[in-house]
Amino acid sequence: MARIKEILPALALITALIATWWGAVIATHSVIFPTPWKVITGTFELLKDGTLWRHIGASLLRVGLGFGLAVCVAVPLGLWMGWVAGAYRTLNPIFQILRPISPIAWIPIAILWFGVGDASPIYLIFISSVFPMVVQTTVGVHTIEKRYLRAAENFGVSRRTLFRQVVIPAVLPQVIVGMRIGLGVAWLVVVAAEMIALHSGLGYMIMDSRNAGNRYDLVIAGMIIIGLIGLSLDTTMRILEGTKWARWRYAH
Amino acid sequence: MRTKIEVRDLKKSFASDKGPLAVVDNVSLTVQEGEFVALVGPSGCGKSTLMSMIAGFLQPDAGSVVIDETLRTRPDSKGILISQQGSVFPWLTVRENLMFGLNGHAPSDKRTVAERYADIVGLKGFEDSYPHELSGGMLKRTELARALAVKPDILYMDEPFSALDALMSLRLRNELLQILAKERHTTLLITHDVEEAIHLADRIVVLSPRPTRVQTIFPVPFGHPRKVAGREAQELRVRILSELGVDREEIG
Repeated sequence: MARIKEILPALALITALIATWWGAVIATHSVIFPTPWKVITGTFELLKDGTLWRHIGASLLRVGLGFGLAVCVAVPLGLWMGWVAGAYRTLNPIFQILRPISPIAWIPIAILWFGVGDASPIYLIFISSVFPMVVQTTVGVHTIEKRYLRAAENFGVSRRTLFRQVVIPAVLPQVIVGMRIGLGVAWLVVVAAEMIALHSGLGYMIMDSRNAGNRYDLVIAGMIIIGLIGLSLDTTMRILEGTKWARWRYAH
Repeated sequence: MRTKIEVRDLKKSFASDKGPLAVVDNVSLTVQEGEFVALVGPSGCGKSTLMSMIAGFLQPDAGSVVIDETLRTRPDSKGILISQQGSVFPWLTVRENLMFGLNGHAPSDKRTVAERYADIVGLKGFEDSYPHELSGGMLKRTELARALAVKPDILYMDEPFSALDALMSLRLRNELLQILAKERHTTLLITHDVEEAIHLADRIVVLSPRPTRVQTIFPVPFGHPRKVAGREAQELRVRILSELGVDREEIG
């Protein structure tokens, strides 16, 4: 009951927005802009012929590969940069310059290097999600409290124990925060990347619906689906933040 | 009795805006094997800096620390530091914390040792708890047990109980004395609590304000268990306090 009360205002707002949208379309007699009902029927149309699942699968696969690759590179690199001062001094300035470049700006170069296949969007996702994760991991290492490193030094543990029982677990909550940011960016980028020169994915689906006969009902359906999938990806990362590897960080 | 720690002419200063700031000035001190020595001094006098140098975490500008007739240059597990803010790893369980410093043991031995020390400090039943699930007193016990588990020759305690309430502090003091009666460790304690020093120590070293020097050394000629409220102990307390610059009238 209390939960229902909590989500009630948000639910009411969404209902109001849909009602306004519906009313506005009818009032303006728009022929191109669809009513909410048309969006729903359009979605079912896509579900029935299976194209929606194909596009969702394609987008998720690209994000999975690009983001997975970024995790594999960013976490070891971030640990190294955090631990070795020389590595930080050398690499950090370059990353600080590369980081603010919008992934969209990389599109021409991605096409030049990787062509118009799957490799381009995977590269774009990689480049956009790798930097926030490197930065978070490095920050994680830098913010390990001195007293813990001192205790490890005091007990004279091996390097292996130091990393496995002190550094890695201490950094993990930050790594997960980085992954959450990285995955969020990756999902933004995949849709943008697919709008250009690709034949599958939710981004392609949106552009194609417009180009092939102004099917704005499908455009909006695609947008809503992108939002919902983005939300569920973020929720997954939030669940990761609640696991025992990260929970100690927020327990006080 | 054998000399355990020999501190010779230790000096340390730190850089500050107004030039070098002398913190420790010519401290010499000898601690016998199995002895309990308390260092008492006004706050900010450089006690912790002195302790850090003796434990090997900080290099002196001049002078030397000799332990077991060997020059001390870095920390090792023969002397474990217990600090005021504590360094129990929040991401490890109590058991994992107790096993942390046990190098060169077989895994099953580590478990046995950890369980024994958990038992000694009264943590039985909490082995699988995480530090954030424990009270401040339990946390201190974990820290103490982790230190004792590696069988250190020396315990360095830097205001270990000052973050606890008076009752818990008193209980832990008594427990520490019971443990030390069974397993004798040479102990160096920093405290600003004169009563705590009289309760625990064999000798009390009064340090001067910064830059700190050894001002006076008081032997504590009482056996254990001690009555800190006794007349002789109270007289000693007044003498130490007046040495610290507190007038007789102020003590009351």
